[in-house]
Amino acid sequence: MTGRHHWVVRVTHWVNAIALTLLVGSGLRIFNAYPAFARRGEQFCCYPFEHKAIPDYLTFGGWLGGARHWHFALMWILVVNGLVYLTFIYLHGEWRDLVPRRGDARDAMAMIKFYLFVSKTHPHQGKHNAMQKATYSALPILSVAQVLTGLAIWKPVQLGWITAVFGGYVWARYWHFVAMVLLIVLSFAHIFMVFAVDPYSIQSMVTGGYREDLSPEARNARPFYHLLPRWAHRGTEEK
Amino acid sequence: MDRRSFLSAGGFSLTAAFLAACSIDRSPRAQRLLDLAEKKNEGVERSLFHHSAMNSAKSGAKIAGAAFPSYFISKTVPVWDEKVHGPWALEVSGAVNNPVKLTLEDLRKLPFRSQRVDHFCVEGWNAVAVWQGVRLSDIARVVGVAPDAAYVDFQSFDDGYHESWDLDSAMHPQTLVVIAMDGNLLGMAHGAPARVHSPVKLGYKNTKYLTKIVFLPKRNGGYWSDQGYEWYGGT
Repeated sequence: MTGRHHWVVRVTHWVNAIALTLLVGSGLRIFNAYPAFARRGEQFCCYPFEHKAIPDYLTFGGWLGGARHWHFALMWILVVNGLVYLTFIYLHGEWRDLVPRRGDARDAMAMIKFYLFVSKTHPHQGKHNAMQKATYSALPILSVAQVLTGLAIWKPVQLGWITAVFGGYVWARYWHFVAMVLLIVLSFAHIFMVFAVDPYSIQSMVTGGYREDLSPEARNARPFYHLLPRWAHRGTEEK
Repeated sequence: MDRRSFLSAGGFSLTAAFLAACSIDRSPRAQRLLDLAEKKNEGVERSLFHHSAMNSAKSGAKIAGAAFPSYFISKTVPVWDEKVHGPWALEVSGAVNNPVKLTLEDLRKLPFRSQRVDHFCVEGWNAVAVWQGVRLSDIARVVGVAPDAAYVDFQSFDDGYHESWDLDSAMHPQTLVVIAMDGNLLGMAHGAPARVHSPVKLGYKNTKYLTKIVFLPKRNGGYWSDQGYEWYGGT
């Protein structure tokens, strides 16, 4: 058992998971009060579902006013938690395991080839593979985008210069929505891969401990393949 | 703890957390936290507030015109009935040195402003209109605001609809008492004969069918604020 995630990373991960979930839910409830982007009297070019509400069961906060209170409270948790996390990984050096670097595109191709059964053995990797690094770097960047576009639509007059950067109120509201969709897609991809490839990593995000002999690389694991430890699939190895 | 029980315990606690999340939106303890957050947010919003921050509608944006939404809380559209109430006049009173009643003629004698600005609705939409009227700060100069005034209540003849504001937002140069919209006198749907309009507050703070402007030492809630929407409602 090796230590994989520092307790600061584990705490901020789960706080972030809960805050983001509730922010998405309350955000969708707010969106449902006007599920469109067009300025009144105009059409909006770039959203195919104008005036179609999000199903209620995906929303949080109960009603517009309630959802706004939740959204404007949780945003502080997201911001403070995010700053703690980013400061920590900067000072502690963890960012080196996360920031993509030269050669990552090639490494990502190697992973895709392995997942598609083109190559037989799991590419060698460090703590995370290239696609994980891209995802874990994109999520904080998208979160920063959410904070900025959020400020732009929360304070379109007092912080009107931020609103202007995003192309005005209508577009800032649209980018806030688009970045949310991207956050959801990447988060679900992350959750899917945790369960389909490396469920043992859940332990590392809870207690911090990780068994390197159970890593995807050690198990030669693809999504849903070789989920059990290596000894369990001895003899089923590809030749 | 072996791995299997660890994983199932983890799964259980995650499920529990999400079930809890589904009902916390109605718990009184959560409500107290939200009230605290609203108070803190108001502090942040007030410290961000500057009279130099001005709104102007995007240059390419269309005037909403007939597509500008409107509503009232009375059963039928509120109309000022001169036969019953006498001629309409705007009462400006409360913590002021010289309370006055301003007729439309009186209002027109004050410096007249026109602004093409956004209207930001709490629901998330915005709409562009050209509003014409008088700055509230100019009216305040006429009545002389007392030093203990910190809030302003905008009252209407729409079944008691009102919303109170912080004085600072009310004195913003874009906060107008409006009598015309897009070059025509205010229509019945948009609050004739006079309404408040300012891009610095969400739509629901902009009282229509205006009758009274009362300067107050304490805030006085409002129609939507009392139903749980943020009292500050600033943009």
